[in-house]
Amino acid sequence: MKICVLVKEVPDAAVEKRIDPSTGRMDRSGEKNLNPYDTHAIEAAMQIREGGVAPVEEIVAVTMGPESAVRALHKAVSLGADRSVHLTDPAVAGSDVAATGYALAKTLQRESPDLVLLGQQSDDGECYTIGAVVAEHLGMPSLTQVIKMDVADGALRCERQAEYGYDTVQVGLPAVISVGDAINEPRYPSLKAIMGAKKKQLDTVGVGDVGIDASKVGGDNSAAQWVAAKAPPAKAAGEIIEDEDTGETVEKIVAWLDERKLI
Amino acid sequence: MPNILVYALHYEGAINKNSLGAVSEGAKLAAQLGGEAHAILLGESVPHELAATLGKYGAKKVLVAEGPEGLAQPLVDAMAAAISGGSGSGGSGGDYKYALFGGGLLGFEIGAGLAARLGAGVAMEVTGVRAEGGELIAERPILGDSAISEIKYRSPVGIIIGRLNAFEISDASGADAPVEQLSFELSPHAGQAKMITRGEQRGADVDIEGASILVAGGRGLGKAEGFQLCEDLAAAFGGNTAVAATRAVVDAGWYPYAAQIGQTGKTVSPKLYLAAGISGAIQHKVGMQSSENIVAINKDSNAPIFEFSDLGIVGDLNKILPKLTDAVKAKKAS
Amino acid sequence: MSGHNGSSNGRVVPAAYPPPVDSKKEFVKRGLDPEDELIEVGVAIVGGGTAGLACANRLLQLLGDDPETMERLGEVPVAVIEKAKTCGGHNLSGAVMNPGPLRELFPELTREQWRQEGFAFGEVKKEAIYALPNSKSKIRIPPPPPLNNHGNEVISVSALARYQQRVAEEAGAYILTETAATQLIVEGGEGSDSGQAARVVGVRSGDKGRGKDGEELGNFEPGTDIKAQATVLAEGCWGHVTGAAIKEFDLAAGREPQGWELGVKEVWKVTKPLDRVIHTLAGWPLKISAKYGQIGGSWAYPMKNEKTGEDLVSIGFIVDLDYADATTSAHDLLQEIKLHPLFKGILEGGERVAWGAKALPSGGYWAMPKLSMPGAVLVGDAAGIMNLASLKGVHYAVKSGMLAAESIYAALKRGESSFENYEHVVEDSIIGKDLWEQRNTRQPFQKGLLRGGPIVNLMIATKGRFPGGRWALHRNDAKPMFIGDSKDSYPKPDGKYTFDKLSSVFITGNATRDDAPNHIRVQKHVPREVAETWRWMCPAGVYEIPEDAPEHGMVDVTVNYTNCVQCGAITAKGGRLTTPEGGDGPLYQIL
Repeated sequence: MKICVLVKEVPDAAVEKRIDPSTGRMDRSGEKNLNPYDTHAIEAAMQIREGGVAPVEEIVAVTMGPESAVRALHKAVSLGADRSVHLTDPAVAGSDVAATGYALAKTLQRESPDLVLLGQQSDDGECYTIGAVVAEHLGMPSLTQVIKMDVADGALRCERQAEYGYDTVQVGLPAVISVGDAINEPRYPSLKAIMGAKKKQLDTVGVGDVGIDASKVGGDNSAAQWVAAKAPPAKAAGEIIEDEDTGETVEKIVAWLDERKLI
Repeated sequence: MPNILVYALHYEGAINKNSLGAVSEGAKLAAQLGGEAHAILLGESVPHELAATLGKYGAKKVLVAEGPEGLAQPLVDAMAAAISGGSGSGGSGGDYKYALFGGGLLGFEIGAGLAARLGAGVAMEVTGVRAEGGELIAERPILGDSAISEIKYRSPVGIIIGRLNAFEISDASGADAPVEQLSFELSPHAGQAKMITRGEQRGADVDIEGASILVAGGRGLGKAEGFQLCEDLAAAFGGNTAVAATRAVVDAGWYPYAAQIGQTGKTVSPKLYLAAGISGAIQHKVGMQSSENIVAINKDSNAPIFEFSDLGIVGDLNKILPKLTDAVKAKKAS
Repeated sequence: MSGHNGSSNGRVVPAAYPPPVDSKKEFVKRGLDPEDELIEVGVAIVGGGTAGLACANRLLQLLGDDPETMERLGEVPVAVIEKAKTCGGHNLSGAVMNPGPLRELFPELTREQWRQEGFAFGEVKKEAIYALPNSKSKIRIPPPPPLNNHGNEVISVSALARYQQRVAEEAGAYILTETAATQLIVEGGEGSDSGQAARVVGVRSGDKGRGKDGEELGNFEPGTDIKAQATVLAEGCWGHVTGAAIKEFDLAAGREPQGWELGVKEVWKVTKPLDRVIHTLAGWPLKISAKYGQIGGSWAYPMKNEKTGEDLVSIGFIVDLDYADATTSAHDLLQEIKLHPLFKGILEGGERVAWGAKALPSGGYWAMPKLSMPGAVLVGDAAGIMNLASLKGVHYAVKSGMLAAESIYAALKRGESSFENYEHVVEDSIIGKDLWEQRNTRQPFQKGLLRGGPIVNLMIATKGRFPGGRWALHRNDAKPMFIGDSKDSYPKPDGKYTFDKLSSVFITGNATRDDAPNHIRVQKHVPREVAETWRWMCPAGVYEIPEDAPEHGMVDVTVNYTNCVQCGAITAKGGRLTTPEGGDGPLYQIL
């Protein structure tokens, strides 16, 4: 079985998020890391390989992003992917979820994967949707919020949380599965793996290499256009107490509750 | 006539509350555009009487389609068929300019898949929609709710996926709607997913929706045993108080699913919501943000919850909760 | 260390309660793992700060022109081992830097380009030094000659490290971030059957995935031996592996003991740009008598961010860790001084955007260890290369990194195994010259500012010639402590100008696993005076005394190690900081 893992680089959680005043778009400078949810996806691929139930010939990490995105690919490889593919092209810059999903699907088509894994959300953007877009373009079933996944007889048995509780769904391969962080505990890469990552095969491709129609991607071609950003309705700010003397803090809390007749 | 097709989720004979809100919102918006809102229900032998009740909330017609429940792809097939108005769509001509979803997991999956199928523009986590110049403009929060962006559609069909609880029922006084069977073809890949068990509750069955005080615990509790602190505090408050949990800790098995609040759990609005060790990420916030009074305890002063709590305490819950429990007991005794 | 009750004149000495650690046993690994388990590099540089990266960049410049020698260093000619998430994450300094060495290192890079790259913030045009007699007034004093910054550049070492990291990576260095170096690997020497003298052959990286009690968790990954032909110890002020190396090779023999100062720094966005570099020396709010022993000062440096157009100010307080009042707190002294009109006026209407803390070596010339050992050299703050009289260390770090690169390159090229030449070139360089001049300017302060001050001035005025000789230093943790009243004047945080330790730690981006093992070694049951010393000293609020502890005598100490920002101060005053799991700790950006 061939597994492709979609990965994304995202700003480090510690970096303050803001709009770049000169472009009116999200300021994406600053420290970036591999999306933490994607590390769970790579770990899931590795566990299938190590589980021995289904032989895995290759685990390929795939990303779409600017030049700096190679670091996310290096990290993915150090965690176990065998090689990686980097889709980078000015034509795709600024793509929304629908365009990004289309571009990634075209890139994946070249690889003919049996299973596509990805983190269900990234810290800096939309959640639960890109898997569905990619799957639709590839003609594969898609499931998200998956927290347990077992392989048996060419199919997956997945557990995921939905509106009414936990669902158990049997999914035939090939399929696109978006995983949650409860699915596993990702491993740490060994130093050997980290240092060896740069030597593993990394294919850089542009829109022309994978048959992407440039008129369907990129910020200007988005079917849903961001037109403005404005401040949300003002809300009365809450009170904050820094706990230094817990006895005092607790007294303040009780007084606050009492004032509002909540005790 | 610009119509809006609204997805309605149903389970065990009842329509999901968020779907009712979406139907109601859809009806309102459609009227402003000079069109109609139609709802669509998919399932195994969906009762037409159930479908017709969507008329109360403003649907002028309800399409019913036959297919497996709880999965997204069959709905992508059905809604695409209805929107394209091709053969087997029921013949009445869809003329749908927008597809509307009331939030919730399946709504995300279907809406995104539909956007890919139709090459349509899609906006998600939408908190407001308005009609302007014969078009709909969607609003969604960005950057951790610190700004709102507006979205316009350039494609023939626009897909709007609402944030949980964004759309409310405004009018439930309509008459039953006519029901039409929609015939469509299930795509091959839709047939690859089979539901084995749906809606399994894990852990004890607890009722948190009726509570007037909720003590909720999240990852910050550190371990399952941490919930003892929440239970002790809830007991100190007494009366109609319950303990609730976030999705992360329910998935980790620390507390039952029935106590979960958030995007795939329950929505609550108690008089007092006391959150301990909860960061306040949007997936949780949407389930409790309309609580009357929100008190948050977290050791990270940058936690998003402090941006919408009424009283925030930056500190160690392991120190604060036990002392607070004693103080509440003492206050009640006095 | 029992035998005496650890007190002197009724005061208590932290050194009497040493941390439970055996440096040589724990932090020196004898012999390498088998070939197929280890990693081999040419030159291993431990620490990706100013000195370490300057060394890496200089080495790659030299190797770039010498493919033959580069080939001999193998597949990975230069590797930098950095414990933070990225280089610069754990770096902090004032800083006003002498531009010479950095221009030497990157001759094609102009100062204007420094500013565009985002690590430099303007040339110093005006300067003022003040003494503050009290909380309201100030006296301008003529700058003592070493403290002359005209022509220097205000920089951020954290941002400089990020820049240097990029350059080094492009030139072919392997930068191993989130990797801690936990052990020095030594072959030969005592306990070895080879009969050969001890030699450093590399370092071992730290384990990942251990739990609170050190147990192996599900995703445990052991560290790896990194074998190197040359090792550069660039760990900064408290050098974990450096400490082990100094003990193993007796590098401190015949030297004065090293001492440290603790600096706490903030960066503020301000409404009106500051037009000058400001220093305050001694005076309020320090208690300068010998009884309290508080020596230190503060600074405020203007920073113009060319990338965003913002006006920023770097502001901080340094206190020598040789004080005697256990309630001395550098963090609180910084909060206190910010309320003085001199500083409040600068910060009015502004917003705090960063906070951090770091220790600096204070011993100067006489406390510098021997700078080389078989197989390795010391650079930067780890080598004690710091000139306190002028508050300069950054350009020396760059210079020492460059000199180390040149010495190692020359030795490797000639197939020589000794790096001793490095010691001589350092001595002959501006480092040796400047530090020699200031070699006795710290010690008189041990007598307190009033008695020591005039002697220091004499030494500075005569460039060290009078009174000459070698003045002794004593260890910071040998100072008898008492619980004084410095704490009574600390302001209660107002959330506008002054802040508490906890919220300060949070804005450092400190990310540490809640179930990570404790990386701080201290005795947990100590006299109250020692516990209070740690509690007040630590800028991150790591050490706490339980509320029900007795007022006098022995108390328990709670160690909230997940707050630790790895400043290093505890190593000076009775404890020992070891490396936490790689990737843990703060993520300084502009400090």
